[in-house]
Amino acid sequence: MEFVVISLLNGITYGLLLFMLSSGLTLIFSMMGILNFAHASFYMLGAYFAYQISTWVGFWPGLLVAPLMVGVVGALIERYGLRRAHRFGHVAELLFTFGLAFLVEEIVHLIWGNVAVDYRIPAELDGTLFTLFDTDFPIYKGFMMLISVGMLVALYALLTRTRIGLIIQAALTKPDMVEALGHNVPRIFMLVFGGGTALAGLAGVIGGNAFITEPGMAAAVGSIVFVVVVVGGLGSLGGAFVASLLIGCIQTFSVGLTISVTDVFALIGIVLPEGSQVARLTITQLAPVLPYMLMVAILIFRPRGLMGARES
Amino acid sequence: MSFVFSRGRLLLWGACLALAVALPLVLKSGFMLSLLCQIGIMVVFALSYNMLLGQTGLLSFGHAVYYGMGAFITMHTLNMIGKDGSPLVVALLPLVGGLAGLLAGVVLGWVTTKKAGTTFAMISLGIGELVAACALMFPGFFGGEGGISGNRVVGKGSLLGFTWGPQVEMYGLIVAWAFVATIAMFALTQTPLGRMANAVRDNPERAEFVGYDTQRVRYLMLILSGFFAGIAGGLTALNYEIVTAETLNAHTSGVVLLMTFVGGIGFFYGPIIGAILVSVMQIVIGGMTHAWLLYFGLFFLFMVLMAPGGIASVIAMQRNLWQAGLFGRMVPHYLAATVPILVLMAGLVGLIEMSYALLAGEGVGAGDTATRVMGMQLQLASMEPWAIALATTAAGVLLTRWIGGRTGVAWNSALSTLHGDKS
Repeated sequence: MEFVVISLLNGITYGLLLFMLSSGLTLIFSMMGILNFAHASFYMLGAYFAYQISTWVGFWPGLLVAPLMVGVVGALIERYGLRRAHRFGHVAELLFTFGLAFLVEEIVHLIWGNVAVDYRIPAELDGTLFTLFDTDFPIYKGFMMLISVGMLVALYALLTRTRIGLIIQAALTKPDMVEALGHNVPRIFMLVFGGGTALAGLAGVIGGNAFITEPGMAAAVGSIVFVVVVVGGLGSLGGAFVASLLIGCIQTFSVGLTISVTDVFALIGIVLPEGSQVARLTITQLAPVLPYMLMVAILIFRPRGLMGARES
Repeated sequence: MSFVFSRGRLLLWGACLALAVALPLVLKSGFMLSLLCQIGIMVVFALSYNMLLGQTGLLSFGHAVYYGMGAFITMHTLNMIGKDGSPLVVALLPLVGGLAGLLAGVVLGWVTTKKAGTTFAMISLGIGELVAACALMFPGFFGGEGGISGNRVVGKGSLLGFTWGPQVEMYGLIVAWAFVATIAMFALTQTPLGRMANAVRDNPERAEFVGYDTQRVRYLMLILSGFFAGIAGGLTALNYEIVTAETLNAHTSGVVLLMTFVGGIGFFYGPIIGAILVSVMQIVIGGMTHAWLLYFGLFFLFMVLMAPGGIASVIAMQRNLWQAGLFGRMVPHYLAATVPILVLMAGLVGLIEMSYALLAGEGVGAGDTATRVMGMQLQLASMEPWAIALATTAAGVLLTRWIGGRTGVAWNSALSTLHGDKS
């Protein structure tokens, strides 16, 4: 019971963080048809910017400034790079973002070095929020949840309750018509790209110190975010939300389970031959591949994803 | 098959083979020989990748899986035959690697090729990560962090005097395999399957209406591409006599994508150019500076934005101009354009090198205040070198905009004349 509740809380925290990344990715994808390969790089930039700011003026200003900086960088990249690549088609765009991810990692290596930086949780948030069955739940995890949920609500309100949100929604499906009505669609694209990358940056600010801030962090989280987007269904925000929580929980639960594959198969009445390498693996060891296995299963049985609208 | 081997092509193939055989006679150092071996392997790998990206329009982020599986299976087979094998068997081992790649393609391709386009790209990435993560879970087969190693010199005698021990003999083996694989891949482009792959790339809907199953065409192309990637993997296993989990991870997949794209995906020979260029850059620039990956990333982005058809397309354009007698008109513009580009590059290289010396300092001493850039001794603590580098970069940007714009105008007018002549 204790294990289930604690893992569930951790899973939701991690899942909400994943959603901050995948929501930006999904918005950018459904609007521009671009799969932003460098999305996790903006997550990494957010963490490093926040670290740099925290060494000068502390954590709190960074919480606001770092995502804004990441958003500006993203908007500039859209304006001066992606828009040009767009003329050569989707493959060129995808390759542009791929090259960008490569370049950002090298620049991070250059500026902040090859090893992890000491980006810490601020002292005010370092402590125990509550104790459940002898396990402490840190304040910072609660803070992460608060920020993620707050951002979620703000994003929802922005998209459905404001004028710019309505224009964005309209531009998602009928960009030509929106342009004909006198709105500057390229600028909306730039704003969406900047906004999406700022969300990734915010995720980096609060995720960087909860996990680890190092040059490999973009690659580590990037492929998981892709899995989330595929599992949820390309272009579906609701799907991305469900898939984020699902994968967040799968990862935290599987890390804590020490039963082996043999035991799992025994539960459904299949006895595996003793001694093979597969049979001896524990669920914990399988944890890194479980999201990908889920993705493959989804692609075989439900190719459009959990909530995807279309089949392509 | 006369269409594959017309007289002009036969001459070209022959010249390439002669060059590949003659090169080690000129470049005798061990360093050059290992570079040539690397190039030979990468040519096969990049060409196999272009069967997907260039010919079928499938952007894969997990092609290293087939390469790596080929390498691992080859290494295990090599270790299994051990002292009982003969050099002839060893020479044929890349075929085992190819079959392993083919088999991996049969299994994984069934999942990945259900979709084309962006979805395929993401699935290939996921499958690549899946296999790379598995590689660390099964140290028995993949050798864990250290990888598995073997010895390509087996006990029983020699094959026509070859034991594959010396590097130069290994080079011969690589050239032979690379040559056969290249011809096979070229021949494939001329078959109905190769043509249908192009059709599926250009207009899948129409291909379906004509009566072809696009998924099946993609699946077949992926299997065959896996076969050739596996051959490249088998050659790697024999060449380096060690295979680590890195051969099938995302980094390797990224490198093959970069070299294929830089070479040019629209032409059969494009990936060959890319493989040669990237391998040489990696060794030469990588030997000069720690920032080589940064330069390479910038170069790649430059290519995506300026010449998305790769180097091969640039060459083809010049050939068209030459044949139309317009090339001479462009030469002064090309020469004029090199000036601002050189200025810009000098400024950028100065900035990057000084930043590296000051910040990263891996191997050059972190926090060094003095460094040597392009033969100049610089004091990084003072403002002067930074100001000069910044000014050079800014001047380069302005000059590029100015002269580059004029070159662009001349280029467009030459192109319109060219197309005007045609119609």
